[in-house]
Parts: sequence; C-alpha cells; structure tokens
Amino acid sequence: MLDKNGIAKRIAKEVTDGMYVNLGIGIPTLVANFIPQGIEVMLQSENGLLGMGPFPISGEEDADLINAGKQTITTLPGSVFFDSAMSFGMIRARKVDLTILGAMEVSENGDIANWKVPGKMVKGMGGAMDLVASAKNIIVAMQHCDKAGNSKLLSSCSLPLTGVKCVKKIVTDLAVLEVKDGAFHLLERAPGVSVDEIVAKTAGKLIVVGEVPEIED
Amino acid sequence: MPLNKVVKNAQEACADIQDNMTLMLGGFGLCGIPENCIAELVRQGVKGLTCISNNAGVDDFGLGLLLHQRQVKKMISSYVGENAEFERQMLSGELEVELIPQGTLATRCLAAGYGMPAVFTPAGVGTEVAEGKEVRNFHGRDYLLEMAFDADFAIVKACKGDTMGNLVFRATARNFNPLMAMAGKITIAEVEELVEPGDLDPNEIHTPGIYVHRIFKGEHYEKRIEQRTVRQ
Repeated sequence: MLDKNGIAKRIAKEVTDGMYVNLGIGIPTLVANFIPQGIEVMLQSENGLLGMGPFPISGEEDADLINAGKQTITTLPGSVFFDSAMSFGMIRARKVDLTILGAMEVSENGDIANWKVPGKMVKGMGGAMDLVASAKNIIVAMQHCDKAGNSKLLSSCSLPLTGVKCVKKIVTDLAVLEVKDGAFHLLERAPGVSVDEIVAKTAGKLIVVGEVPEIED
Repeated sequence: MPLNKVVKNAQEACADIQDNMTLMLGGFGLCGIPENCIAELVRQGVKGLTCISNNAGVDDFGLGLLLHQRQVKKMISSYVGENAEFERQMLSGELEVELIPQGTLATRCLAAGYGMPAVFTPAGVGTEVAEGKEVRNFHGRDYLLEMAFDADFAIVKACKGDTMGNLVFRATARNFNPLMAMAGKITIAEVEELVEPGDLDPNEIHTPGIYVHRIFKGEHYEKRIEQRTVRQ
C-alpha cells in the first residue's frame, strides 16, 4: 500500500521534461517534492503564477506571494505573474499540459466528483471545474476507498459532478489505473497489494489483463 | 483637474455606497484585498450587500468582518472555506450564496470590462452549474453561456497607483484586482503607494486609469498571511 507521499512519488513519474503542470491541494501538492532532478517543469498556480518555487525560508514570507492553497511560496528564475482571467485563459486554451487533483469519486467513464457533499457545508469548487473541463491530461490522486471502506471508483458518481469524461489516470494507495473506453484498466498495483484486493475494492468496471506489475520504487 | 482621481481616504471613496448595492471586491484569500475600504464599509454599516469576491475572508479579517456585522445579503464566490461565521449564516439561510467556478468568475469580470455581454466557457458543463444555462456546441464541444457581471462598485487594491488612476499590482496580489477594476460602474482603488503622473513607467502599468474613478493611499495595511508555510 502507498502512503500519501508514495502516491505523490508515483504520479511524479508522469511529469516529463518541458511540461506546464497545475497541482491541486492535498496529495497533488506533494508531487512537487518528487519531480525528477534534471528535468525542466513549470508549475502553474491558478491564482496567477507560472513557475512556482518552494516555500520561503523562515523570515522571508511575503503576504503578496501565495499559491492557490493560500500558502506562502517563492518564485524561480523565469517565473511570471498574471491576473486570474489570464490564468484561467491558459487553462481553458489547453496550454497547461497536466492537471493533478484529488477526488471524492471517479466513474468508469472518467467523470469526477470532488467539490460537494449534499447535506454538508459546501465550500465551493474553486478552480476545479475550469481545470477539469479543459485539461489535456488529468491524473487523480486519491485513496481507493473512503473512510467507511466504500470504493471511490464507481460505475457512476453518486455525488454532484465537477466534470464529465475527463479523468485519464488514477493513482490510489492500492493501484495505478487508466480510465478509457468506459472502464478502469489496472496498470500497476501498490507493493504488497493483490489484484484480488483491487478487484474487491473497485466498484466500477475493472479490466485486468495478464500479470499486473508492482509499482517500482 | 478632472483627470485627478484622488480622494482623501476610504471614507470619501465609499461615501455613496448604499444599502442593497452590488460590490466587486478584489483579492484571493486575504492576498491583495482592499483592507481599508472593507474597514470603512464596516464602519459605515451599509447593509444588504451583494458581494462578488473569489473568497469570503476569514472570521476576523477581510470580508469576514462584513459578514460578522450581517452586512452581506449574498456572496458570489468560487470558494468560501475558512470562515465559521460564514458557514453558520449560510446553513441558517441568513446568507444567500452563489458558488461559481473560479475561471468563470474571472471571465465574467473580464467580459464586463471588455464591453461584452456574455461569454462561453466549458467549465461546469454536465454539472449543476449548467442548470438553467444555455448550452452551445462549438466544434464538437459544449460550452455554457455565462453573463458579464453588473456591479455598482468595484473595489480593488493595488501596490502602486498614480493620481490619474493608473495601477500597478504586485506578485499574486494581482489576482482578480485588475479584472474587477475594469468591471465596476464606479471603480475605487486603494494603493499602498500613491505617486504623480509620470512616476510609473507606462510599459509597466497593469490597469489604465480610464477604468478607475477614485484612488487613495490606504492608511494601514496589515497584509495578513492566511497559511504561513516555510521550508523545513
């Protein structure tokens, strides 16, 4: 089984040289820590920054310089600021190569629900709907099951949707899955996790072909 | 000097904001918010406001201060976490809340400032955001028709401005500020530094003064940090 850092580390392998990437809040933010040395990647923060750097050293926090999670950050050589319309303009125009975000549910046709639970306080979708509606490639980082043990990979989402037919890949604590042709396709399994367990914990249509390799460290 | 937009302070800038008006307020979280005008609105006690702002502040700062005094009738935002009083008013039905995608929020400001009545965007297609909206298919993809905002006042915060209302923003405190500056019927800009015409490099001005009606130097900026994070 993978912990949060393990999920982030596996997703970081999907990030390649020259990409512009938007990281969501939570596990996706951790992906930045595992991007391989020696490749050039620009992180987009939808509040208006391309080229997001690491957290500042203590004493150098700048109230005017935050990421979309409202955390203090820094810039890097080549960084650029812009307003929110341009930020979502580059997202809508599909200039951002990869979007990584969390989810409460994903369906076998790639629908995603991650913003609202009926009956609970709704905080809002932020930029998630814009991102999933336009991203060229979306990878979801999430736990395979919710806290009650229910599968989050479903035949259809039960929660209000954030976007339709948009998720391409999912990395969970148990597996790496591709979403295509109306089904989850098992690509890799987490260390020590059996195919049977993944089958049992995936409620939507799951396709398993041949030997499924373990995720390499 | 009709092109001199300078007013004395927040009190003079906000003097004619009345009950039940629609305001746009710049900022992302607590970053780049018009602190001095918010404080003045709290002091004035104007009520029944509709506020268009990406977020709703925290309990004791930003728009949270207006919410606390029950001055807001409706919030139009993309994300409203981090605010317990907001949650209480929303769940009790005292406060009306319209949640819209962040890019749609930005683009509806942009449309107003560019003189366009509406725009098409794919955000929210197939979700409850699309309910009641016109859907149009262009080149095989569906888009929602979203209307430009119509606000009585836009209240923004810039790092620097000159007396003619030209504005320069700093870092990610830019966010919604230049968009809202373009979109208000009357735009109020508060700045950390107020300079003379000619002091700003015309190449570096983000918002042309034509969009700005009133400008003043804010008396005090707390510039509170919501999530102070440092390198380990």
